[in-house]
Amino acid sequence: MIKKELYKNWYGSGEMNKNLFSRKQLAVPYAIFLLLFVIIPLLVLIYFGFTDENGNISFANFIRFFGSGKTIGTLLYSIVIALFTTVFCLLLAYPAAFFLAKGNFGKKQAFIMMFVLPMWINFTLRITALKEILTLLEGNLAYHPFFNTILCMVYDFLPFMILPLYQALCKLDNSLIEAAFDLGASEFQVFYKVVLPLSVPGIISGVTMVFLPSMTNYVVLDMVYNSTYIMGSLIGSYFSSYDWNNGSVISVILLLMIGAVTLFSGRITKQEQAKRARVLK
Amino acid sequence: MKKMLGTVWIYLVLLFLYAPILILTVYSFTNSAMIGQIRGFSLKNYKTLFTTPELLQMIFGTCILAVVVALLATFLGTIGAIGAFYSKKTTRGVIEFANQIPVVNADVVTGFSTCILMIAFFRIRKETFLPLVIGQTALCAPYVYLSVLPRLKQMDSQLYEAALDLGCTPFQALIKVILPQIVPGIVSGFMTAITLSLDDYFIATYTKPATFDTISTYVVNATRGSQTEIKTALWALSTIIFVVVTLVVVGMNYHTKQSEE
Repeated sequence: MIKKELYKNWYGSGEMNKNLFSRKQLAVPYAIFLLLFVIIPLLVLIYFGFTDENGNISFANFIRFFGSGKTIGTLLYSIVIALFTTVFCLLLAYPAAFFLAKGNFGKKQAFIMMFVLPMWINFTLRITALKEILTLLEGNLAYHPFFNTILCMVYDFLPFMILPLYQALCKLDNSLIEAAFDLGASEFQVFYKVVLPLSVPGIISGVTMVFLPSMTNYVVLDMVYNSTYIMGSLIGSYFSSYDWNNGSVISVILLLMIGAVTLFSGRITKQEQAKRARVLK
Repeated sequence: MKKMLGTVWIYLVLLFLYAPILILTVYSFTNSAMIGQIRGFSLKNYKTLFTTPELLQMIFGTCILAVVVALLATFLGTIGAIGAFYSKKTTRGVIEFANQIPVVNADVVTGFSTCILMIAFFRIRKETFLPLVIGQTALCAPYVYLSVLPRLKQMDSQLYEAALDLGCTPFQALIKVILPQIVPGIVSGFMTAITLSLDDYFIATYTKPATFDTISTYVVNATRGSQTEIKTALWALSTIIFVVVTLVVVGMNYHTKQSEE
């Protein structure tokens, strides 16, 4: 009987404690913060995108964007810049990541640290450094604006490509490579049929980390005197002229593209993981 | 042969990454105004860097901003991660989704949307620093969340229950049992927040007061101007940042290696 009372008390007090404080409640302030400063800004962005200066609902901004050759050209140019940057980053980073992960290097940790370290240095200062070198080599940066832009972008984003590739290649089971060799595959076949498919998740995450930011990082263009526009520069110029509506349109379009790429890459990564799980069973 | 090729490739990529910084480092100790000119050793750039009020204000302003933002983001991200981890699956899913937005979103869009909400919609003045601090915190907190969460997953959940059974209040158990186990995640989240804030250009340009500059916005403006003295003083700043970053990264790696052993 006494025991039962004790039990009741114990449980009772436990419930009271739960009412006073529970770990779950810690989520509340953060959820409110995210709602106020992440979700609502995006809703306001959409609101501004679909209204005119007087606050009336209109699609004119979107029609203007897709109807003008100039803005469509900017969109295409951003995609071209991002594609070039991503491809060159991949071409430089993949062999480096592969040899680092699979070759017998003594101090892998130190090497990967060296590859990642530039990520922590302010990017405007790093671009300044490269710019000084290019000025010395080329005389005037304005002669090769496209080349310089791609070079500076690659320089800026390379560490973001190497890290995910390295991590994916490290996870790759060496015995699979050995098995392929034992079964008579040539070096090229091993790479093409075993290593490359199994490193797809790393490639995807590296590509997303480089492709999306390089479409919008107009500071690099500004710094190397490239006077053409990419999507980010449009937002910048609308911002300078206090044109919230048109700036919002560009942001909404970028948001949609980012959302699509993220969903797409997420799905591919999941499929690859499922495939891999099947293979390794 | 193949191994040699690999080694050469790795060193070439490293050369590409480091040559500009290292050359700039060497030239920061001379009084030449351009790379390529050969001049004698001089500490002129460092003197300019540490005696020009404009530059000092910019550097300290950026650092103070980074610390304030990182502290706020670490607090919010940590309690958010703990709360979400013990919440229902749907609640956690919603928070996780919202948390992912600033991570994948373009910084330009994050900056512009914060600017629109605070300045065009609520008409908060930029001079209050509120839009800048909140905007950068909204960028950094999700990364803290992401670095704390794996630590919570690794944790032994029975320890918390044991603490409660032994008479701890839930709050005491949180402080004394959960928190110490996720400290590494909190620390790396804090460091990420610091570097994100130091590196940020876009949120700062859209939300900063007109008279205030961060390192990023200052450097971009300085490249447009033609003040040689300021330009070369920034070389000295690059050198200092490079050395500090190297020391911190090497130190942290050494520390984790030791604690692993």
